[in-house]
Amino acid sequence: MQAEEEKNETAAEPRLLHHGRWSGYRNLLWARMLELAREPEVIFWVFAFPLLLAIGLGIAFRQAPVGKTPVAISAAPGAAHLAQLLKQQPLIPFQVLPAGAALDQFRLGRYDLVLEPQPGGGVLYRFDPSRPESVLARRRVDDALQAAAGRRDVVTTRSRPYRQPGARYIDFLIPGLLGMNLMNSGMWGVGFALVEMRQRKLLKRLIATPMHRSHFLLALGSSRLLLMVVEIVLLLGVGIWIFGMRVEGSWWTILLLGAIGSASFGALGLLTACRAQKIESVSGLLNVVMMPMWVFSGVFFSYQRFPRAVWPLIRLLPLTAINDALRAVILQGAALDAQLGRLLVLAGWGVVSFALALHWFRWK
Amino acid sequence: MDAVSNPSAGPGVEKSAGARAAIRCRGLRKTYDGKLEAVRGLDLEVREGECFGLLGPNGAGKTTTIEMLEGLLEPSGGEMEVLGQNWAGQGRQLREQLGISLQETRLSEKLTVRETLRLFASFYAEARPPEEVLAEMELGDKADARVGKLSGGQRQRLAVATALAGNPRLLFLDEPTTGLDPQSRRQLWEVVRRFTRGGGTVLLTTHYMDEAERLCDRLAIVDRGKIIAQGAPAELIRNLGGDHVIEVMTDPPTPGLAEICRRLPGAQAVWPAAEGCQVQVSQLETSLPELLRQLQAQGAGLARLSTRSTSLEDVFVQLTGRQLRDE
Ligand SMILES: Nc1ncnc2c1ncn2[C@@H]1O[C@H](COP(=O)(O)OP(=O)(O)OP(=O)(O)O)[C@@H](O)[C@H]1O
Ligand SMILES: [Mg+2]
Repeated sequence: MQAEEEKNETAAEPRLLHHGRWSGYRNLLWARMLELAREPEVIFWVFAFPLLLAIGLGIAFRQAPVGKTPVAISAAPGAAHLAQLLKQQPLIPFQVLPAGAALDQFRLGRYDLVLEPQPGGGVLYRFDPSRPESVLARRRVDDALQAAAGRRDVVTTRSRPYRQPGARYIDFLIPGLLGMNLMNSGMWGVGFALVEMRQRKLLKRLIATPMHRSHFLLALGSSRLLLMVVEIVLLLGVGIWIFGMRVEGSWWTILLLGAIGSASFGALGLLTACRAQKIESVSGLLNVVMMPMWVFSGVFFSYQRFPRAVWPLIRLLPLTAINDALRAVILQGAALDAQLGRLLVLAGWGVVSFALALHWFRWK
Repeated sequence: MDAVSNPSAGPGVEKSAGARAAIRCRGLRKTYDGKLEAVRGLDLEVREGECFGLLGPNGAGKTTTIEMLEGLLEPSGGEMEVLGQNWAGQGRQLREQLGISLQETRLSEKLTVRETLRLFASFYAEARPPEEVLAEMELGDKADARVGKLSGGQRQRLAVATALAGNPRLLFLDEPTTGLDPQSRRQLWEVVRRFTRGGGTVLLTTHYMDEAERLCDRLAIVDRGKIIAQGAPAELIRNLGGDHVIEVMTDPPTPGLAEICRRLPGAQAVWPAAEGCQVQVSQLETSLPELLRQLQAQGAGLARLSTRSTSLEDVFVQLTGRQLRDE
C-alpha cells in the first residue's frame, strides 16, 4: 500500500527522503565533528597544547637523582688546603675564584655553595637556605671536611634507594592537565561555539526548522564526550609512553570521571553563553569563570599551599573536584565509590548550571 | 478583482475548495524596546498558491513582519494564522511545512555545500534529496566546496536551497535576491515560479520594484511599519490613474515646463525631475502630440524625450512623496 503511494508521489513530484526522529541529532553531531576536525585552532588547543605543556613541564621538572653539587672556593690563605681535601670528592666539583667573582657566580646559580677559608683553619659557608641544592651542598661539603679531619660516626646506618613512580611531579601534573583540559575544552567548546552561532544568526536559522532543540544541545554535548575520550587517551598515553607513568585505577573509572566532568563543564559553558550576543563578551566571561580555577584548583601545584582555612572553599570548585578525583584514581587506584563527594560537587555544578541555562537561554 | 487561480494542489496535500489563506494577520504590531514602533498594525492575507511580496524601503519593517509570521519573533500585538494554525500551538508540526530563508544568516563555513544541505534536510520528516535542490539552485558544481569559499551570491542561493530542503508548502524568503547578479536573480525568479506552479505559497520581501512587479502575484507596499497599498502590481499601477509616464527635458531649460505638462490632456500627476519633468498620462496618443505642439510654440529644443509604462516606483513616489531607493 505504501509502495503504491510512493509511486503516485513520484509521478507528480520528485522522490522524497524520509527521516526518522533521530536523524537531526545524528546529522548535527556529524556536522559538529566535521567542523571541529576542520578547525586547525581546535586541534591545536584541544590536543597539541596540553601535550606540549605536559612534555615541556615534564622535562623541565624531571626529578633525576641528585647529581653533583658544584662549589666555589674564595681565593684566600687556606684555599689550597680546602681544594686538596675536596679533590677526593667526585660529587663536589670545585673552582677557586676571587672572592667577589665566587659570590657573583653563586648568585647566578653556577655554584651551589661558596667556601670562604677563615684565618685559623676554619671555613665560612655562604649558602642560600631557600635553595635545596645549596642546603645539600653545605651538608655534603661539611660531611666531607669533618670526615677528612677525623670525625667518627657513632651510629651504624645503611641506605637503600626506593623510588615511587606515582610521586613525581609529572605524575602530579598530568591528571591536573587532564582536568584543566576538560574544563577548557568543555567551556570553550560549548560556550564559544554557541555564541558564535548566535552571532551568525545560525541558531535562529536552525530553530526556524523543525529541529528538536534538545537534539541540538545533545549533539553539542556528545561531540564533547567523543573529544574527551581522545583527550584522555592522548594525555595519559604521553604520560605512560614518555614519562613511564603508571595508571593505577581502572580506565573505565577514568573515562566515567571524564564524562561527568565534560558534562558539568559543558553545562557551565552553556550557562556562561546563555545570553551573550558577541563572541568578545563570552570570551571575557569564560575567562572570568575559569581564572579562579586555574589558580586555586591545583593544576600545576597543590592547593595545599594555600592557607588551610580556604581549602574547603577550594574543594567546592568543580575543577578541584575533578582534579582530586582523577589523581586519586590514576595515581592511587581509588575506586569510584570513594569519590562520591567529589562527584557530587561536580554533578551539582552541572545540574544547577544546566537548569539555569535552560531557563535563561536565548536562541536569537 | 483578480480571480484566484489555484489549479493544482500540492502533492499529498489536501486542499479545501476555494482560496484558503496560507497566511492571515490582523493588526499585527511590534514595538522594540518599548519605544521603536517597527510594525504598526498590519493586515495581510496571503492566499495559497500565490507569490506575495512585501515591498518597501530599508527599515520599513519587512523583516520584522516576516519574522513574526515565521514564529521567530514575538509580536507586541495582533493576531496571525499560518497555514490555518497559530504559533501558540504545535510549532514543530507547522515548521515541517515551512521553508525559511532569513535576511542574514552565515552558515557554518567549515561545512561543504552538500553537507550543509544534508544537515538541513535531516531536520524534516520528509525532505527533498539535497542533490536535486542543489541542481535546482545551480549549485551542483559547488556541492563539495566549503561554504566559507563561496561568493556572496552563491551563499545567498545556498540559503534559499536550505529553505527548499524540507519540501515546504509555504516559503518565506527575506530579500532573496539582494546581492545576486541579474542572471542569478532571474534564475531565482524561475525557482519561485516553479514553486508556486507546484501549488506552493511564497511570501517574500524585496526592495526591487521590477522584482515585485514581475514576480509577485500580489504585493503590499510597506512604509514605516504600515501597508500603504496592497493588490496585484497591475492593479496598483492602474489605480494610480495613468498608464504611461513621459519624461521630457528641453535645451535650453524651459521655465514653465511643469505648468505645460500639468495642462496636458489626460495628465494625472507631474513630478519635476532633474532639469526636466515627468508627467503621468492615461493616453500617450493624445498627450504626446499636444506636448510637442506646446514646446514648438515656445521655441524650445528637445534635449530628451522618452516614454515608459508606469511602474511601482511611480506608485511609491506618488504615495509617499519619496523615492524608494534613497533611504
Ligand atoms: N532587534 C531590534 N531591536 C531594535 N530595533 C530593531 C530591531 N530590529 C529592527 N529594528 C528596527 O525596526 C525597524 C524595522 O526594521 P526591519 O529590519 O524590519 O526593516 P526592513 O524593512 O527589513 O529593512 P531592510 O530593507 O533594511 O531589511 C528599523 O527601524 C530597525 O532599526
Ligand atoms: Mg529586512
